[in-house]
Amino acid sequence: MSSKPLKRIHLAAHFPGVNNTTVWSDPAAGSHIDFDSFIHFAQTAERAKFDFLFLAEGLRLREQGGKIYDLDVVGRPDTFTVLAALAAVTERLGLTGTINSTFNEPYEVARQFASLDHLSEGRAAWNVVTSWDAFTGENFRRGGYLPREERYSRAKEFLATATELFDSWDGSEVVADPASGTFLRDAKAGAFTHHGQHVDIEGHFNVPRSPQGRPVIFQAGDSDEGREFAASQADAIFGRHATLDEGREFYADVKGRLPRYGRSADELKILPAATFVLGDTDAEAHEIAHEVRRLQVSGQTAIKYLEHVWNRDLSAYDPDGPLPDIDPEVGENTIALGRASVRQFSDPLDTARQWRELAEAKNLSIRELVIATTSRQTFVGSAATVAETINDLVQADAADGFILVPHITPGGLDEFADTVVPLLQERGVFRSEYEGVTLRDHLGLSTPGTGR
Amino acid sequence: MSASPPESARASASSEPLHLAVALDGAGWHPAAWREPGARPGELFTARYWSDVVTEAEAGLLDFVTFEDALALQSSSADGPDGRTDQVRGRLDAVLTAARVAPLTRHIGLVPTVTATHTEPFHISKAIATLDHVSRGRAGLSIQVSQLDHEARHFGRRAVSLPDAEAYEEAADHVEAVRRLWDSWDDDAEIRDVATGRFVDRDKLHYVDFQGRHFSVRGPSITPRPPQGQPVVSAASAAGTDTAYGLIARSTDVGYLGVRDAAGARAAVAEIRQARESAGLSAQPLHLFADLTVFLDEDARAADARRSRLDALADAPYSSDTAVFTGTPAELADLLQDWRSAGLSGFRLRPGVVAHDLPAITQGLVPELQRRGVFRRSYEADTLRGLLGLERPVGRYAAHPAA
Repeated sequence: MSSKPLKRIHLAAHFPGVNNTTVWSDPAAGSHIDFDSFIHFAQTAERAKFDFLFLAEGLRLREQGGKIYDLDVVGRPDTFTVLAALAAVTERLGLTGTINSTFNEPYEVARQFASLDHLSEGRAAWNVVTSWDAFTGENFRRGGYLPREERYSRAKEFLATATELFDSWDGSEVVADPASGTFLRDAKAGAFTHHGQHVDIEGHFNVPRSPQGRPVIFQAGDSDEGREFAASQADAIFGRHATLDEGREFYADVKGRLPRYGRSADELKILPAATFVLGDTDAEAHEIAHEVRRLQVSGQTAIKYLEHVWNRDLSAYDPDGPLPDIDPEVGENTIALGRASVRQFSDPLDTARQWRELAEAKNLSIRELVIATTSRQTFVGSAATVAETINDLVQADAADGFILVPHITPGGLDEFADTVVPLLQERGVFRSEYEGVTLRDHLGLSTPGTGR
Repeated sequence: MSASPPESARASASSEPLHLAVALDGAGWHPAAWREPGARPGELFTARYWSDVVTEAEAGLLDFVTFEDALALQSSSADGPDGRTDQVRGRLDAVLTAARVAPLTRHIGLVPTVTATHTEPFHISKAIATLDHVSRGRAGLSIQVSQLDHEARHFGRRAVSLPDAEAYEEAADHVEAVRRLWDSWDDDAEIRDVATGRFVDRDKLHYVDFQGRHFSVRGPSITPRPPQGQPVVSAASAAGTDTAYGLIARSTDVGYLGVRDAAGARAAVAEIRQARESAGLSAQPLHLFADLTVFLDEDARAADARRSRLDALADAPYSSDTAVFTGTPAELADLLQDWRSAGLSGFRLRPGVVAHDLPAITQGLVPELQRRGVFRRSYEADTLRGLLGLERPVGRYAAHPAA
């Protein structure tokens, strides 16, 4: 081994989402809406000294074939509201919310994040996502007006505008001196103008500068454009490459883009999403993992998943039988409107061909094929194995840490907190106590100035 | 002072308990409130301040608190920021503040102000539904119309504000869309049926298909039906104008009336009740509260002196878009009982100075009203609808059992 100092690992907890990773049929599975579930989950993450809690978002209930998709968990709370409430039942845990830049307005979002940062004493973070689809737009004033190719340009301008709003107060304005009667030092506090292609606003921002200056900014896109966006403006990436080779490639690529923006490698944390299954032994963990996969991919779920590729109604097919011999319907995906995940199949005919070959070679049914090809758990093993794997990946620069996605709500993090975290602490690669107050402190990020 | 109420209070409703709310805004409603002893002006942007204040209101058994808000800096001018540095400027988002306080309280209703004019009904609906979930049934909202051009310029959607009537129409549409979204999940939509693999019964999730002049909303909400079914919707009307009466009559459960005296209250109540009836909603309960700014001391002269001192600090006599009361808690109790005969079921009090007048309400006025038998001695319900005597409504889309 080289003498390179050990990196400190960052860990976060993703509240189980509305997709088939989450196993709601387990007897231990609780409510996804009751605040008690959020309290349990957040307090477990804080007990384990995690960096932050992460909430995803979707602004329209998923549909497939024109009907509301009913096989996975459905329904979630409003992101800002539940994070503000969680700030009351936690003290140090960061609070990261995914907020869409297409169906919101910068003034409103900036004041919500600045407020959350004040109300949590510096623990707010924003995962900036984009969408363009008319399907989601049907719930909003703006509708689905945004051409697909403009979604990043709107996201960039949205974030730039929000940053201007955050920076419109430099933190020194509020004097609040009763004796002299001076509340504000400067009457110009909050003044801003932004005249751009997507945002054309001016006036005064009405939330004084928050403890972190700005919320920590996350970015999640994986495209070249998304990576460039992250390198230029994000503090952290909610990534998807959690294996050694893919992770190292992504890590090197994105960190390599930073110097162009005058930034150092430490200024952008790469945190892939990761699932896990623990057992007393590695063998037991693999057994459990297999069972979890079967619960995650029921026969019905397998058919629905196949429809994303085939872009057709496949309800007549037997999930325990062979793959369809008909070809996918090429062109715009109309079977699963608004689902970002269908975009991963850029050449459905080729995907179908590969899957048929794989199924024939290994004699797999539809369900078995979907179980085999869709994301298996990232970390499977005993606590010692999982702790070692996580540490190895971080030390090998495949990641700076992980955003863990348990498959059970709300108790799915408990075992990890009780068994894996202490091992990482023993190795000296994960904190035993919070050393700072704000989320920027936890992530080793400096508090930004206003650039004024 | 006599413990028996004045003659005029013995009107039809006098046996019903009074409802009391407090409107919270910074350090209080007097512009110099932040300079008073105990005002904690350096803490106005902290959770600590807001949780202390709401906890005090809950200790006084109040029905609910409202949180003022706007999408612009506070200003004494309608034309834009007034450039003043001697008054509180800046505020935190009201919905988030209410949510931050929710886990620290148990009974009191939490009613943030929401500006309909520039916000998305879809976002507002799920935010208030979530406030209801995290508070276990204590959420409401106070819907506000913005006609400030400088506020419109913070959004860039409209160059100038909508005309009065159209802005209020839009707010009514906003409330309608929000309410439909709350009902877009039947209470029993989540079935978790392991046998069929279905988490929800999709027949119990409903498109709301709201079509209005300024927006349309497809639905359903992403958030399941809130514990109260329909959180409490309220709106305020400033004194001297009836522009908000239609919105209050058609769209709300609670209206706050800016009135100068009992006669003004009586006239406003009659007009709104009539509009409610014309809209075919007379069977739906509607609370009408008067808004009242209060400066309270055990000695009326002390209250007067305090208000004068505040006016001197602010360099102007305090003016308000509603009635202002200065005096003792017992005198205020007299006034509330008198005004109530105008057909009001409660009051929303604006503490002139939160640090002084909120405790005067909870520790002075409330015991006085309790002695007179017109205010609760303990919380009788766990939800805001419950405190206001409103039943939990069945969802509008829910299939009714076959007759």
